[in-house]
This record gives sequence, C-alpha cells and structure tokens, in this order.
Amino acid sequence: MDRVCERLARIVGENYVSNMKEELYIYSQDPGMMEPREPDYVVMPKTTVEVQKIVKLANEEKIPVIPVGGSLSLSGLVIPHKGGIVLDLKRMDKIIEVNERCRYVVIEAGVTTGRLKAYLEKHYPRLRFSIPDAPPSATVVGNIVIHGQGHLSQQYGFNSDMVTGLEVVLPTGEICKIGSCSVSPYWFSLAPLPDIAGLFLGWFGTTGIITKLGLRLYPRKKLRDIEVFIVEDPHLVPDVVYRVTHTEMAEDIFVNAQPYPPIFKDIIMMGICITGDSEEELEFKRRMIWNVLRTYIDSKEGGFMMTTPDVKRALLEMPITGTTRFADVMKGGGFEYCGPIIPVEKYPEAYKKLLELSSEYGVTYGNTCRVIGRGHCMMFAFGYPFNRADPDNMERTKKALHESNVASLDIGGVPWKPEVPAQKMIMARMDKNTLELMKRIKRFLDPNGIMNPGNWEG
Amino acid sequence: MNLDKEVAKIEMQKMVRGENSFVLYRCVTCYACEEYCKRGNHPFYLISDLQEKNSILPMPKPLITQWINTGIPTKKDIREFWGAVEPVISLCLFPEYINSIEGKLFEGFSIVVGRYFFCQLAYLHFGRPSIIRERLSSIIENIANHGFQEIVFFHDECYSTFTSYTQAYGIQVPFRSVHLFEYLYGRLRELEDEISPLNVKVAYQRPCSSRLAPEKEHFVDDIFNLIGVERVEREYDRENSLCCGGIIRGQQRYDLFVDVQRRNVVDMVNAEAEYCVFNCPMCFASLSEAVVKRDIKPIMMHELCRLALGEVIKS
Repeated sequence: MDRVCERLARIVGENYVSNMKEELYIYSQDPGMMEPREPDYVVMPKTTVEVQKIVKLANEEKIPVIPVGGSLSLSGLVIPHKGGIVLDLKRMDKIIEVNERCRYVVIEAGVTTGRLKAYLEKHYPRLRFSIPDAPPSATVVGNIVIHGQGHLSQQYGFNSDMVTGLEVVLPTGEICKIGSCSVSPYWFSLAPLPDIAGLFLGWFGTTGIITKLGLRLYPRKKLRDIEVFIVEDPHLVPDVVYRVTHTEMAEDIFVNAQPYPPIFKDIIMMGICITGDSEEELEFKRRMIWNVLRTYIDSKEGGFMMTTPDVKRALLEMPITGTTRFADVMKGGGFEYCGPIIPVEKYPEAYKKLLELSSEYGVTYGNTCRVIGRGHCMMFAFGYPFNRADPDNMERTKKALHESNVASLDIGGVPWKPEVPAQKMIMARMDKNTLELMKRIKRFLDPNGIMNPGNWEG
Repeated sequence: MNLDKEVAKIEMQKMVRGENSFVLYRCVTCYACEEYCKRGNHPFYLISDLQEKNSILPMPKPLITQWINTGIPTKKDIREFWGAVEPVISLCLFPEYINSIEGKLFEGFSIVVGRYFFCQLAYLHFGRPSIIRERLSSIIENIANHGFQEIVFFHDECYSTFTSYTQAYGIQVPFRSVHLFEYLYGRLRELEDEISPLNVKVAYQRPCSSRLAPEKEHFVDDIFNLIGVERVEREYDRENSLCCGGIIRGQQRYDLFVDVQRRNVVDMVNAEAEYCVFNCPMCFASLSEAVVKRDIKPIMMHELCRLALGEVIKS
C-alpha cells in the first residue's frame, strides 16, 4: 500500500480504499464511447467529514478528485481523465428526513433513485419524486448534478429545479450549506436567499462535492394511466405538445421514435401520462386531452394508439425499463446518446437529422424525448446502441454522436450532460464573457484544479 | 348506426352498385352484418372493399401505417415453427399466450406463432383489404410448405380467414382449419370424467370475427354445458352482442367507445355474471380492465376449460 493509500485508509478504514487493478478497472469506464482511464485510487467515505478530509488530502497532494454516484451518465463524466482519487459516494446512503407536510426529503449523496422510490412507496405512499428513466442504481444527487429530467419534469421542470437545499464540500475542504438549511433547521427552499446552488448544478463535480440534498416531493395520485398519440409527420409534434401542455392535464409527456419492432416503424409516439385520485378525475383529464387533439384526429393525421394493458404497463413503469433493454439491442454492451435540450419547435429538424445520421453511418437509433415544463423545452435523444466487440460499428457510432452534437448546437440546442469533446464544442460557441465567468468561478473555488479535471475546461 | 330498414336498404343497394354511401364513413367494422345476412352474401367485405376504393379511412393514417407494418410476414418468425409437428395450434400474433397452452387440453401440441402465421384479416378494420389479399396467398403457401394437414387456430379471426374469407374470394387453402372451440369441446368430451363443474355464472364476450363463422357458435354453449357454467341471460349476447370497443376506440370515436363498453359491462353486472369469458385476445385487452373494475373476472375460454379440469392458471 503506497503512502496516499495509507493516508486514505486512515480516513475511511482499510476496507474502503483500494488501488488494486481489478477495482480500479471498474471505475475506468462507463457504457458510453469515452476512452477508459483508470484512477489511481478509489475511496468510499461514509460521512461528510470523511469527504472533507479526503479533499484536504487531495489538495495537499495535488491529486485529482472525481466524485462518483452511479457512474451512469454514459458520457464519461466520471471517467478519471487525469487519474487521481475516485470518491465513490455509495456508502453515504442515508435518507435523513422526510418532511411530509412541507413535501421535501433530505438525503445523502449515495441514495439511489431505486432506494428513494421504494422508501417513499413504503413509508410515504402519498409522496413521490421525479424519477428519471435511468436504471434504479443511478443516484438522486448524480441525476441532479447533470440537470436530469424525470417523470414529473413536464409539470415541474428539470429535476435540478426541484432542489430545496444542498450541503457541499468545497474543493478547498470547507463544508457549506445552501438554501434555507443554511439559516434554519428546515430544508424547504433555496429562496429567498441569494441563489448559489447553481454553482454546483451542471458543473459535473468540478466546483465541489454535494454530500446532502434537499429535494421537493410531490403528491402521488392513486391512479395512473397513459394515452399514446401517434403521428407520421414530425412537423405535427410541436403543436401536439403545445396543445396538450396547454390543458395542464398531463403529468408526463414523452416522444418516442425507433425503427424496431415494426409496430414503431414510421410513426412517432407521444406518451401522455395522466393521474388522478378517482376514475372521474382520470376520465376528465383524458377527455380534455382527447378534445384538444380533435383537429388532428378529424384530419386523420394523428390518433390515439390502441394500447393493450401490457403495453400500458410497460409505458407506465418508472423508470421505463424498455429504454434500458433497447440500449443493448445491438448486443455487446454499448450505448450512448447525445441528448440535447432543444426548443420543442426544433423537433422536426432534429428528427430529420437523426434519420439522416442513422442512414449515413449505418447505425440503428432510438429516439426518446421528454418534454420539460409546459413545452418550455425538451430533451431530444439521438440514441445509438453499439457493439463494443465491433470496432467498425464503434467508429461509425462515434462519428454519428459527434455529428449529433454539432447538429444539436446548429439548431439552437445545447447538448445535455455532454462528454468532454462536446463540452469543448459548447464552450467554443459560448458567449466569451460567460465563459470567462465560468473560468473565474472555477479558479476561485478550486485553486489547485483538482476537481474532476478535464471537464468544463476551456 | 341506428337506421330504419328503408334507409338501410337504399344505402345497401347503393353500395352493391359500387356507389358511395355514408355507411362507408360511419361503419364501426363490427362485422355483424356478415352474420345478419342469411343469404351467404358478404356485406361487410363489400363495405371494406368500397372503403379502400374510395380512399375512406376508418382510422387515422398513423394507426393504419402502424398495423400494416406490424403484420408484415417475415421469415425470421419461422424459427418457432421448425420442429413443430401435428397436432399443431397457431397462436397468431399472441405469443403472450404460449404459456397458457399447456395441461391436459393441449398434451402433445406444437405451437406456432408470429407474423409468419398472421392471417392478416385485421385489415378489414382498417379499410385496407387489398393488404389481406396481397399477403394471404404467400402465407397460405408458407404454412402449406410445412406439410400440416390440419391446424387448430387459437384466434377465430384466423379460422374465419382460412374458411369464410378465402372462400368468398376463391382462394384455395390446402390445409384443414379447426376452430379452437370445436377442438376444446372434442377434447373435453374425451376428458369428461375429469371435469369438475365450475358452477359459476358467466357472460360471453363475442368477438367480431365470430360473425364470420356463426356455425361454430353452438360450441360456446356446448362447452359451457360440459364444464358446468351458466351463461347468463342478457341483452347483449349472441346475435345482439356488442363489440368490445377496441376498434371503436381506434376509430377515435371516444364517446361511442365509452357508451358501448358501459352498456356491455352494465349488462353483465345486471345479469350477475361472475366471469367474462373471452374468445379473442384483442377483446380481452380492450375490455378486461373495464370488467375487473366491476368485480367481474376476465378469462379466456381455454383457461376456463382448464379450471374445470382442476388445473392452475399461471397468468
């Protein structure tokens, strides 16, 4: 055991630090396209104080620190591009508090979406959070840090918009609370204080390590159902979304297109999820949605799909596991998507580009979009499953992903949770003063440049 | 449609002459007119042909596209077919029922399933009968190439295709089609000593495609008598039965869909049915939730028969 390893062991205990090859390998990659790189150490702290000590050590030793949740970004955001210490937060898995009346939860950084979902279902069946369509091993904090979206995003915005408070360990080791929890025992809100939570959201751990999170919870209705509206013409999608969001009857709206199986070929599906505490409430909402789309029904341009109970069950899953299954459709364990956040009106352009790229590079595709807010924007996934055992397939997929990022920016979108090369593309087009501000913030917070280096580096 | 006889007659005559009629736009494609016509004519096949001729779409275009793509026969599906020997049952496009084809009723049976066996008759609902005729001959040929002399069809839409529809259009079928209920009745007779009467009241949800083979309807009563269930007396049964509503919803006629399902289920409730027995998986998919909400248990006919033999239904 080397000197750094020994120092880390003194902080977390010998069982929770390693520099063994077989363990470092696990942290060297994710299922996406980014080149693997092993860290030098992996450490699993249990408490915020342990995180603090590790960060102080890293500053002394000038070693990079990469905070890791579920490692499921698919875009290599926690691959240690410059080696260093991977700080795996999974042991920090306490659900600290649920305030039922104020509808928020306070959790540690390693709590997974699956665990929080199960916990709420068991102990607080009237509450829920915005579950992303990621595997249940994804951490809630990890999803927040990347501005994730979930099943409540159409109603309440990005999952990061639902943050009520943070506890962070700054890159220089100070522990800092943000939001009402900084002056009160309650974690109800970021407002009315100056909003500095944004210093840690969307930065991929380059400005600090979130160790605790306050998150809004929402009413969980007794009944859920789904209507699936389908069209052939992508130009109709923005207006369908506009009409349905206007009703404010839907809980979640997603848009799917994929060539397989044949039932999905040549059509675009819009899943419109509705919820209610009674059949009457559900029926009222269903009728509102049917009525608002009557124009397209009458013109025969669109209609509600005939769905069987099995199909409904699959579409109402949280998370939708079909997405995960599709990710391995090529076999060989490779999947990555470029998922820019775009204006909904740009859907037709993005869809056309996806088909062009799929054809040009001979790669299959899956397109899953989620409407965020009342049509304020949408996540549009250029999704490409690939086979790791097929270098040619990987190369073509890499090119398609690169082109997807370029196209996303060209149409006015911004790649979501971008891999390092896409971050550079974004920064190249970014307002120069904004970029300079980002750099200043980073330098100010992380003078030794130890936090997840490689990311957001201009 | 609630038409008086004179109007109906005038519109029917128009259609016989190949002319346009409002019926072509309002038809819910329930197939019932095929049964009501006692002269062996095929009014519904005519309606469907005229809908296509006049480019009248009973459903929105994307739904039609979706279904046309779904039923494209592919060679890939034949992997389920290799090694299959008679007796053989075709599950059409319903692989979800594979695990229910077991027990004493189906001892020794091979199962074939997939788009390769899809009878294509559903396109009558979509005003695209040319698709049926375009694909059917190759499907018949494919099946025949495997040498089966006789096939039991799980879905009576398949049975009706290879009997009623092919006959109406002069398409030769080189194998014998067996209706599932006819098979079930025969097998239950063989197993009569092992039947424990179920002593329950059931409503029977008759599917549209059974209108194409009304001569097989007596097997419903024959089976119920054999397994000791009471078919409740109700308004919407037999020739007066109501559509499950699935296709009506697909036609985007939501109010009618709700009304038809409501009348149907209320009728079952009023008749004190404990089970709703289905012939067609699509009817099951469409109506089962609605009956469950009224505390009626939905069940497929072959599963009801298995219960009478003391078998446990997994699904």
